[in-house]
Amino acid sequence: MLGEFMQYLFSGLTSGAIYALVGLGFALIYNASHVINFAQGEFVMLGGMSTVFLSAAGVPLPVAVLLAVAATAVVGLALEKLAVEQTKNASVVTLIIITIGASIVIRGAAQVIFDKQFHTLPAFTGDAPINVLGATITPQTLWVLGVTVAIVLVLQWFFNRTLWGKAILATSVNPLAAKLVGINTNLVLLISFGLSAALGAIAGVLITPITSTNFEVGIMLGLKGFSAAILGGLGSPFGAVAGGLILGIVEAFGAGYISSEYKDAMAFVIILLALFFMPSGLFGKRGTDRV
Amino acid sequence: MSVRLTRRMVLAAAAAFGLTAAALPGGAATAAEPIKIGTFLAVTGPASFLGDPELKTLQMYIDSMNAEGGVLGRPLELVHYDTGGDPNKAVTFVKRLIDQDEVDVIIGGTSSGESLAVMPLMERAEMPFISFAGSKKIVDPVQKWVFKTPHTDTMACEKIFEDMKAQGTTKIAMISGTDGFGASMQAECKGVAGKYGIEILADETYGPKDTDMTAQLTKIKNTDGVQAVLNPGFGQGPAIVTKNYRQLQIAAPLYQSHGVASKQFIELAGDAAEGVRLPAAALLVAEKLPDSDPQKPVVVAYKQAYEGKHGAGSVSTFGGHAYDGLMLITDAMKRAGSTDKAAVRDALEQTKGYMGTGGEVTFSAADHLGLTLDAFRMLEIKNGDWALIQ
Repeated sequence: MLGEFMQYLFSGLTSGAIYALVGLGFALIYNASHVINFAQGEFVMLGGMSTVFLSAAGVPLPVAVLLAVAATAVVGLALEKLAVEQTKNASVVTLIIITIGASIVIRGAAQVIFDKQFHTLPAFTGDAPINVLGATITPQTLWVLGVTVAIVLVLQWFFNRTLWGKAILATSVNPLAAKLVGINTNLVLLISFGLSAALGAIAGVLITPITSTNFEVGIMLGLKGFSAAILGGLGSPFGAVAGGLILGIVEAFGAGYISSEYKDAMAFVIILLALFFMPSGLFGKRGTDRV
Repeated sequence: MSVRLTRRMVLAAAAAFGLTAAALPGGAATAAEPIKIGTFLAVTGPASFLGDPELKTLQMYIDSMNAEGGVLGRPLELVHYDTGGDPNKAVTFVKRLIDQDEVDVIIGGTSSGESLAVMPLMERAEMPFISFAGSKKIVDPVQKWVFKTPHTDTMACEKIFEDMKAQGTTKIAMISGTDGFGASMQAECKGVAGKYGIEILADETYGPKDTDMTAQLTKIKNTDGVQAVLNPGFGQGPAIVTKNYRQLQIAAPLYQSHGVASKQFIELAGDAAEGVRLPAAALLVAEKLPDSDPQKPVVVAYKQAYEGKHGAGSVSTFGGHAYDGLMLITDAMKRAGSTDKAAVRDALEQTKGYMGTGGEVTFSAADHLGLTLDAFRMLEIKNGDWALIQ
């Protein structure tokens, strides 16, 4: 009985950690611009696919990972520079639509540059499952969880303790005021796109051994990551992680104890309920829009 | 004056054109008017991994047949449209093939959705049609003008259950993808399980893009009496199921479907794939077939021809379905001695013992699929490669 419970928990943690890691990228760009970047899932895909293809070309895995993350960051910078920045003072909705367009372009390009097949990477530290209280968890899941925690800590420190982090927050709260106190808001936006692209790429590399990857994998991961970020409260890195884990665990327990047919439905019902009663998410700051 | 002159010139020009136009086809017809083979395939879009090898196969074999003098002394001409996997486009293109291109026969229809959507058009136009899609509904109930080459999901289920029965397995669990392929096969397997005395104790599902299936498998693991587990699915889902299966250290044998019968599955699942059993077309293990196997020469020849042109490891059963379709229809034309649609259809229905990449085909008025369970071979994954189960 306990073994069963633990296994559902581990199953939830595995998918939850993936959702959390993807959700973090949404939080970062939202913090800087209030834009929901629907190309975030594509960054995850680019990270995984580039690593697969670089290592297949003979590049050692650690170098391939670094190159893939750097390349994806460049794509993120290019997206901001070539599309988002060109619109000048377009509304947030316009920017969101641009990111949807960008996601379609990136997906199409990946299909041509890479291929249409599924690929995978070897697990970082082997596939031997670890037994805990009658349940098993794979070492790769621990990698995902560990890196997620590390990234959250770094982001908390970055936003609260560094000048750049505070500049990003300031830009998010009031772009005009931020400009007036001398913050280069364009640069802030550029950096946040680059950072979240890199973050997405790291997520892509970490989860590829578990889920495998292909050019379309970003759609569903993006959707789940977005749900995680919404549930936890947009803009809060801690919230995105909590939202992702809750989502994963609800899905796993739902599949295990009720029925796997309704697994996705249950996750989305939880999100609906959460947003109904707490419109700004579980850990989001209460909106105080003045009318 | 100038107007009349122009009009006269136009008339003269038109008359001259008319003469040449009338003269040209007449001359060509005596030489050899091409036989038009229409096709509509999903060369782009989500089903492109099916449609792409199908088109390449048709082009390759039509070229080689033409080099050998064509069929009935006439060259073959392929008229192709790319549907992108969209049944609506398939309908538009088939109308165009019938009305504008006036093709003699139609082969194609990569996905079941496309094939089912165009079947009424074929019946109305009385056009011989061979589909390359999987669904059983294409030939059940039998429609006069519609045939198909690929085996059905039901046959895969039966092949698996036959193997289970031979192992003395009677109680199984199923974990199926909720995508079209998984859901269809799940229903088919449940339908025929009783025939083989097999009882399904647990019936779980997962989304095609899910990242972890340990919850469903834990439920199966804790179901008493499960002797084997069957996973109908497609894409990366079955690879994750297989990895999770080993992670949970479930002792019962794992059966996969023909949906993952490609080298890619072994790559994705890695060591976890060891010992997995699945049904697959003979093409997959062409060289491994015993020399006594009557299908061996056909599948080896197709594999070598395709890989010779498109690179090692590029061959797929999907291209094989197109090969079979082309061979069946041209064979019917030869036996009919004409391209008259009714005569070709009748000859096609009388096809007996045609040995193709999908198996031995014998059509009849009641059977427009014509394959038996021998079309599938049971394989086991050993040392990262396929091994035939005798």
